[in-house]
Amino acid sequence: MDYNILIGGAAGQGMDTLGHMLSKALKNLGFYVFLHKDYMSRIRGGHNFVKIRFSDHPISSHADKLTLIIALNFETAQIHSAALAESGKIIAVEDAEKVNGEYSSVIINLPVKDIIQKTGNRKVVGTSALSCALKLFGLPITALVEQAEELFEGQTLEANKIAAEEGYNSCDTIFNIKLPQPWDSIFINGNESIALGALAAGCKFYSAYPMTPATSIMTYLSKKSKEANVLVEQAEDEIAAINMALGASYVGVRAMTGSSGGGFALMVEGVSLAGITETPIVIAISQRPGPATGFPTRTEQGDLGFVIHSGHGEFPRMVIALRHPEDAFYQTVRAFNIADKYQIPVFLLTDQYLADYTTTVKPFDFSKVNIERYLMNDVPDGTYKRYAITESGISPRIIPGGNHGQIVTLDSDEHDESGYITESAQVRIDMVNKRFKKIESLFDELIEPDYIGCDNPKILLICWGSTYGPVKEAILALNADRHSIGALIFGDIYPLPTKALVRLATTAQQIVNLEQNATGQLADLVKQQAMIACDHSLLKYDGRQWSKDEIIDSLKKEVL
Amino acid sequence: MFNISNETAWCPGCGNFGILEALKNALESLDLAPHKVVISSGIGQAAKTPQYISVNMYNGLHGRSLPAGIAIKLANKDLTVIVESGDGCSYGEGGNHFIHAVRRNLDITHIVHNNQIYGLTKGQASPTTSRMQKTELQFDGVQLRPLNPISLALGLGAGFVARCFSGDKTHLALVIAEAIKFKGYALVDILQPCPSFNRVNTFKWYKDRIYYLPEDYDPSELSKARVLADEWSDQIPLGIIYKSQSIEYISENPILNNNPPIVDLSHNPADTARFMDDFR
Repeated sequence: MDYNILIGGAAGQGMDTLGHMLSKALKNLGFYVFLHKDYMSRIRGGHNFVKIRFSDHPISSHADKLTLIIALNFETAQIHSAALAESGKIIAVEDAEKVNGEYSSVIINLPVKDIIQKTGNRKVVGTSALSCALKLFGLPITALVEQAEELFEGQTLEANKIAAEEGYNSCDTIFNIKLPQPWDSIFINGNESIALGALAAGCKFYSAYPMTPATSIMTYLSKKSKEANVLVEQAEDEIAAINMALGASYVGVRAMTGSSGGGFALMVEGVSLAGITETPIVIAISQRPGPATGFPTRTEQGDLGFVIHSGHGEFPRMVIALRHPEDAFYQTVRAFNIADKYQIPVFLLTDQYLADYTTTVKPFDFSKVNIERYLMNDVPDGTYKRYAITESGISPRIIPGGNHGQIVTLDSDEHDESGYITESAQVRIDMVNKRFKKIESLFDELIEPDYIGCDNPKILLICWGSTYGPVKEAILALNADRHSIGALIFGDIYPLPTKALVRLATTAQQIVNLEQNATGQLADLVKQQAMIACDHSLLKYDGRQWSKDEIIDSLKKEVL
Repeated sequence: MFNISNETAWCPGCGNFGILEALKNALESLDLAPHKVVISSGIGQAAKTPQYISVNMYNGLHGRSLPAGIAIKLANKDLTVIVESGDGCSYGEGGNHFIHAVRRNLDITHIVHNNQIYGLTKGQASPTTSRMQKTELQFDGVQLRPLNPISLALGLGAGFVARCFSGDKTHLALVIAEAIKFKGYALVDILQPCPSFNRVNTFKWYKDRIYYLPEDYDPSELSKARVLADEWSDQIPLGIIYKSQSIEYISENPILNNNPPIVDLSHNPADTARFMDDFR
């Protein structure tokens, strides 16, 4: 079974709360739940919606066809009714007369006026719609009441309980589904997963400037700051944000910052500083459509090239594209270890789709979290040299203030082994070479992209980051339909791991890049790093993420 | 103890030499251990100062010495943090950080080498260059009015505001030591000549105008300090113009106040597993 509920309305009508309540209720009943958010850059008005897809088997994408629309205004019914499945229904919460009039054949009648009268509260009709929805699916009302009890208290809770009762009694069950076995799941989104990963990794300093869709990483860390002893600083601008994080890192504290394209653009000199001073740092970039302000609340994969090349001058870095919440957690932990080991900036690329979609996930395994600081404990006698040239290129690192008689000096100018400014041509060559030598062993640590699909696929899809979920479902469905297709979805993306790609490319007849950008940035990277050209590109850049359905349609139309 | 052998890159007659010596003397007088002192500087001739002192050095980006120094102090409150740069770095490129550093009132010392010109880039106007002064870029004279760092700092609510002169190392060392001892953000704006690029504010120009605040001057009166802040063309007061204790950032922040330095906190990933309950 696989159902899809849309709750839509104007910003400020409460659909976030309603979406959360319904999702948690379904999660606690044991379903796999996928909550997808589509919202405008405004606080009131306009049109926003959430889609809650739930199933008894694992899902990883939002879907197109709707089983149920809960309309918080008439516009919602207007915009989305065309997507209703054959047996799909609409429940009107406001503008009920208009909605019921226009869409009478698919209406589930909610006694809105009665509910307002009985509860004395206009705002709880949404809760009635939710309980009505549960009844339509033959699910117990208790699941919803539990959620109300977590969110509300006193009179508001009572009103919600009455509203839930009224809504539940106002309709009959039409979709018969079996209750699944409950399992211990967490319901989490990409940004929260990054934040948990940072906490697990021992990050103790997060500085950032609010910017959609990265802000919620900072918000969660701020909520936990006292409990976890993490300093969360809202900086005056993004330049301060990255320079603060680097200062904290210099002194031995694991530090991180995050932003979206426009804010990251201001951080870029700081990236260069991290490169030459060899200061570990983790930077999360949550992409949204650009250029400049673009679509502030929508999604795109438009900054891959920008992030890979960010920061003037030449220095090593690593870029990891996050693919789903679990990936976000474990890769954030890994990013801190890699940053510490190679003393480089490590970038975590996510986007609004992954940042905001909330889904049921197996709880993260904290016993798998290893902390490797790569700090020198015993300092040999003599003057410590922060940039001592070693065989690996990595200079042993001590913490300022930690060793009596030893100082740690770093300089954004080109510098000698002691960290002091130099003009020497030879020292320059030595330092540049040393900085690049550092990451030679990083190539051995790269993780190949995930492969989903049949053996020896005729069509090889290459993708990266958050397209993982929808692509996975699309490929599995196409394979079930006997199509010879598979997808490589890159996580580690710079340096680019090329073994799996080269192997699959030799037998594939067509290589197709699927990306949410206009210029095919992964295709460019693959051509540059592996000398493999794509035969066809599927590109989407309207600010909305491909669903598994859209991917299947696109592939059928253009490639298969 | 703070001496180091690196050759300086400054011009003969540069005010930086006096400031360097005064700073070393101040650090000595406070009995500080070199490995417990950090100087965060930006870019410019002034910002080279930490290259010539044996302390931890974070010589970062132009204009960004304050955010770095602030984070260093937050991450390890046991370190003595000095943020040091020129007037261009501190009031121009780093102007925004200056404003918010004063708001934060963290226990750091901000030393600004104010030579009223850009030295390392060879003679352009700085935020404190006099109006109508001709420079290597403003050939018809600077049209903007100069920024007054003393009145700006007072206006933002800074708790320690001092002005000194690089030509009087003894006085400067005393004021720097007081600034370091002060619990909160402390600004020491140091006037200095730039023999290479500032033809107006020469050593003599300063000497003809500077006067010392009397022994019995009470620096806790803001209204008096504001008047002194505006004295410039004919007379320039030197000394601690304003000093008033208010709530310092660390003392009010529970994570910083109730713990050892953040860098010394131990971490066990298993301790953070409980946060998953937020999502169950």
